[in-house]
Amino acid sequence: MQEDINNNKAQNPLGSSQPKAEAQYVQLYESTSATIKNHSADIMNSVRDKAFEDFKKLGFPTRKVERYKYTDMVKLFEPNYGLNINRLDIPVNPYDAFKCDVPNLSTSLYFVVNDSFYTKVLPQAHLPEGVIVDSLSSVASKKPDFIARYYSKIASTDEDAITALNTMLAQDGLLVYIPKNVKVDRAIQVINILRSDVDLMVNRRVLIILEEGSEAKFLFCDHSADDRNFLSTQVIEAYVGENANLELNCLEETHLKNTRVSNVYIQQQANSSVNHNVITLHNGMTRNCLDLVFEGEGAECHCNGCVIADKNQHVDNNTLIDHKVGHCTSNELYKYVLDDEATGAFAGKVLVRHGAQKTISQETNRNLCVTKKARMYTQPMLEIYADDVKCAHGSTVGQLNDAAMFYMQQRGIGEKEAKLLLEFAFINEVIDKMELEPLRDRLHHLVEKRFRGELNKCEGCKLCK
Amino acid sequence: MEEKGKNEFVSQVAEKKYEFGFTTDVQTEIIDKGLNEDVVRLISQKKGEPDWMLDFRLKAYNYWETLTQPTWGHVHVPEIDYQAISYYADPLVKKPKNNEIDPELEKTFDKLGIPLEERLALSGTAVDAIMDSVSVKTTFKEKLREKGVIFCSIGEAVKEHPELVKEYLGSVVPYRDNFFAALNSAVFSDGSFVYIPKGVRCPMELSSYFRINARNTGQFERTLIIAEDDAYVSYLEGCTAPMRDENQLHAAIVEIIIKNNAEVKYSTVQNWYPGDENGKGGVLNLVTKRGDLRGVNSKLSWTQVETGSAITWKYPSCILRGDNSIAEFYSVAVTNHYQEADTGTKMIHMGKNTKSTIISKGISAGHSQNSYRGLVRATSNADNARNYSSCDSLLLGSDCGAHTFPYMDSHNDSAVFEHEATTSKISEDQLFYCNQRGIPTEQAVGLIVNGYAKEVLNKLPMEFAVEAQKLLSVSLEGTVG
Repeated sequence: MQEDINNNKAQNPLGSSQPKAEAQYVQLYESTSATIKNHSADIMNSVRDKAFEDFKKLGFPTRKVERYKYTDMVKLFEPNYGLNINRLDIPVNPYDAFKCDVPNLSTSLYFVVNDSFYTKVLPQAHLPEGVIVDSLSSVASKKPDFIARYYSKIASTDEDAITALNTMLAQDGLLVYIPKNVKVDRAIQVINILRSDVDLMVNRRVLIILEEGSEAKFLFCDHSADDRNFLSTQVIEAYVGENANLELNCLEETHLKNTRVSNVYIQQQANSSVNHNVITLHNGMTRNCLDLVFEGEGAECHCNGCVIADKNQHVDNNTLIDHKVGHCTSNELYKYVLDDEATGAFAGKVLVRHGAQKTISQETNRNLCVTKKARMYTQPMLEIYADDVKCAHGSTVGQLNDAAMFYMQQRGIGEKEAKLLLEFAFINEVIDKMELEPLRDRLHHLVEKRFRGELNKCEGCKLCK
Repeated sequence: MEEKGKNEFVSQVAEKKYEFGFTTDVQTEIIDKGLNEDVVRLISQKKGEPDWMLDFRLKAYNYWETLTQPTWGHVHVPEIDYQAISYYADPLVKKPKNNEIDPELEKTFDKLGIPLEERLALSGTAVDAIMDSVSVKTTFKEKLREKGVIFCSIGEAVKEHPELVKEYLGSVVPYRDNFFAALNSAVFSDGSFVYIPKGVRCPMELSSYFRINARNTGQFERTLIIAEDDAYVSYLEGCTAPMRDENQLHAAIVEIIIKNNAEVKYSTVQNWYPGDENGKGGVLNLVTKRGDLRGVNSKLSWTQVETGSAITWKYPSCILRGDNSIAEFYSVAVTNHYQEADTGTKMIHMGKNTKSTIISKGISAGHSQNSYRGLVRATSNADNARNYSSCDSLLLGSDCGAHTFPYMDSHNDSAVFEHEATTSKISEDQLFYCNQRGIPTEQAVGLIVNGYAKEVLNKLPMEFAVEAQKLLSVSLEGTVG
């Protein structure tokens, strides 16, 4: 398979001043753009060249770029990965690779293997009429006009190089469409499986469209099925219509050799509600970026994140909540527990634009550094151009409360157990904000195992057996 | 009736506004505009400096030439033509024979309320008055000398105490620190030098008064404060400038060295000309201030009231190197009309058991933009570092902006950082309560703002606190209604 998978390694073009990381992707695109286009939909191809130009212009963000201050992108994209540009079928039995389900939560389960929607085993359709869950490129080929209205519209390629790179290379992914006033009771669970025999780069694209008054819950789980180096970029575009209700849970359980760069773009219309949760239980290098825009009044969002990291894991969450119009409410709560030599970063900006009166915004980031070598960078920002607003942020970095530790020990709870209890309590504040009850229970269980050091890989995966 | 009364008041304020906007008609020697090595040499020669000082300047100048002006701040610094500024202005060129200062100059400082003469000696503050590039007069020198305190202009210090200047100049803010620090190191003209010997508690408050007078000049002063073991000093700084249509550049450096058990209090009331209500003119205040808490149990407290300047871009910082050192930063920044401020602090915890407190109050009105930007960092050696930051912003009017950009980097598991910030407008309930009791809205706003800023104003020495309170109300008048 190695020969068939295109290699992103390229010679530095003669006389080029571009750094190596960029040069190899520029050359890759120049030499393979025809193949990339052959295996994708026209709509996705139509923005590719523009994205390529934007990527060339922007280059990989250095740490001098404010939003990428805490993660060295150049280093992440420098190594040599293969790309499955020819869309070779990678043999996999997803049920084999993925066994951990959430008990008592009956979901509509879908698989995305690397970046392709897995069509061989589809769940019994429990979905209401009109709801589409399918491969993005196949829907884009069938209904180009419809997809053209949404694809690459809020994920602008001229501002973010990673989004540009993803737009230029992504060939497939997932599309979810919920028609007007349709409420999907059952959660839609999407398992992203990284599976390859060589080091692989994956560019995944997700488009979620919730029409007016609709409602849906999502659970995206990221797993890696092989012990290889993976680099995945993901761009999610979510359009939430008037009075619509979206719950988007992203759970990462990968391994140390995994690099994940995810950019999530959400656009909210009037009176809509979004609940976005990002949980990083196990990873290598992770950067999650969220851009949320309020386009209509009366909307609200709750963005939560919890991170448990040890060894030399790195997790960087970057959020931007753009209050374009007034009367919207945003809430953010991010919590980190950092052990060993882990590095955590949180940078959240709330932007209240001129005239966005009656905005309410609360941003909280709390962090526990358990060892001397763990590092935390936090940067909660407010940028406010309207006067009738209530905005606050709070951020702390510290340790477990000595008094609480003492209290428990006094009552006969061992030091280790007391520490665990306090750490659960710390993280559970985030988990309890999730709406799916079985997921909450499951996460409590996973977090406990994680703290006890019993969860090294995702439970039940091929690798752990 | 009330409407009329209000209008009258507003128009009064409109006429009043910046009360220090006059110019002084004194003979001033200004060197030609432009900046090159020869200008640096000329400044050094005019000040009669030794070779090592010239070397320092030239190194800084050569480094500055390799830099470009930074743009990362949340301020719109206009393109500055560094060749269109004169780097040295000396208002003392025609010295009266009897060694007294020009009566015009004295009048200027009188108008500003700065006591330079014995008749004002009762105020008990030693003053170093600096107009344009040169220190005009330093009072109370003799009295201070008895205690061993050195308080003079930095130009004098270079000549009389070269060993001290040589040792400490550039040791806290090296010329490679940033663009404006490099520029200042190359062309700095004058400023204050303070040396408090071991075990001495400075018997009076020391004060510097800076004034830009000449047209098309920049002011580049340099302040160096050294507090030896167990010393204490409280230092005040005030600034004004005449009203001019074009921007004036002010790029200063303040370096503070604090040794074991010593304490320094540094207070600033900055009231440079802020430009007119359309944002024309005003001082560009681009300053590097830093204190190095080298000794154990040392303490540094920065208090600043920033009401002036078209653009304020500065971060008075503390490097907490000594174990158990304590740093404090109290700031009130008021912006009105088209003023822009991006100010805050840096607390770098390096020693063990170090503590820092940041209290920042931003008030924005009109079309102004007011940002707090601060960094708190604990290095891996900074066991038990503790920081508390609180940044509040008050918005008066719907066209202004208030922003908070805190950065916290923790590299130590025993460090505890807390940061909180709020942004809101004046509560309608509070206003209504005042109105109900017969306090008109404008006064009520003044009252509430003063209460809001009290936490910081209380930290200022008495005379300054009164001045700052007055300034605060003048800066905000006309913003309501």
